[in-house]
Amino acid sequence: MSCQNKEDRGAMLLPLLKEHGVNFLPFVPDAGHASLIELAFDDPHIQPVVLTTEEEGVALACGHWLGGKKSVLLMQSSGVGNTVNMLSLISNCNFPFVVLVTMRGNFGEFNSWQVPMGRATPDVLKAMGIQVYVVERDDELPKAVDAALYSAFSSDQGVAVLLSQNLIGRKEW
Amino acid sequence: MLKRRGVTAKLNDMRGESRIISGLGSSTYDLHSTGDTDHNFYLWGAMGGAAMVGLGVAMAQPDNNVIVLTGDGEMLMGIGSLATIGVQKPANLSVIVLDNGHFGETGMQASHTNSCVDLAKIAAASGFKRAETIKTEQELESFLQTFQHSSGPSFAAIKVEQQAPPRSLPILDGVELKNRFRRTFNLFPK
Repeated sequence: MSCQNKEDRGAMLLPLLKEHGVNFLPFVPDAGHASLIELAFDDPHIQPVVLTTEEEGVALACGHWLGGKKSVLLMQSSGVGNTVNMLSLISNCNFPFVVLVTMRGNFGEFNSWQVPMGRATPDVLKAMGIQVYVVERDDELPKAVDAALYSAFSSDQGVAVLLSQNLIGRKEW
Repeated sequence: MLKRRGVTAKLNDMRGESRIISGLGSSTYDLHSTGDTDHNFYLWGAMGGAAMVGLGVAMAQPDNNVIVLTGDGEMLMGIGSLATIGVQKPANLSVIVLDNGHFGETGMQASHTNSCVDLAKIAAASGFKRAETIKTEQELESFLQTFQHSSGPSFAAIKVEQQAPPRSLPILDGVELKNRFRRTFNLFPK
């Protein structure tokens, strides 16, 4: 079963990000983020930035905050593995940081090569001092993203919101 | 051959109000040796991140010049950053690599630029408006006189001697480095 609400998720998230003053969306694409990325490119008030690898986005978000602007980083769980050392910026400097991670390899995965990093994703983030909010259902997502943005930008915290494969839906093969 | 501290001192003389992000290792020490200022953000770690921190500042502050000062090893670790910057094309961003062809901080092992890799060509092919390899005083003068006045992004790989001058160490406190840098944009307190 693929996700029924993919379009709705992007349409729900974008106004929420804007409400929090976020207009900068660095991303490595994932199918689970596709509708949000598409809407971001169509919105003149949002700057999506395509990255070659996820750790670029961590450094970019930190630089953007040094310049006074808020970012939300988008990636797939496999990309969390690429970010590990760059996340030391968040804990050393107390940068506010929000990343939305679409999960692979954690619920109904065909491609077993996705499983090791999917299994490690929450632990890797926690080990680097990032708080982890796991979201299993679409109707829980706005509250989680709102809480992540509030925590991060009110008091310089790093928060990852993990969008479970249960929520995103199975990739069809 | 150019000397890294001579290059950094000249860059510092020309910088005006520019913000400088330095990459970990020698570039951070070189920048600090020219005199500490809140307009500098020194990276002590996060290898490969200097260019992206610079891009973030440049895109948040399009009316202010931002310079990334880093080494060939640090640039190579974040080499994809050149592609990301090339796509965004911030007019106010310059990336300056002090290229000694070696990993100076870890025992002077030869880096890729000591062999066949040409960083300026990679930057040019990634879409930088200007990308040069600089080897002489004259080329350096010419670049430093003009790079902040022309529309970027601009890139320079400055070939410097393989030497390790005495370390000049900025504070390690990342929170303080962040807050004082933000204050230069009147951003703190929130």
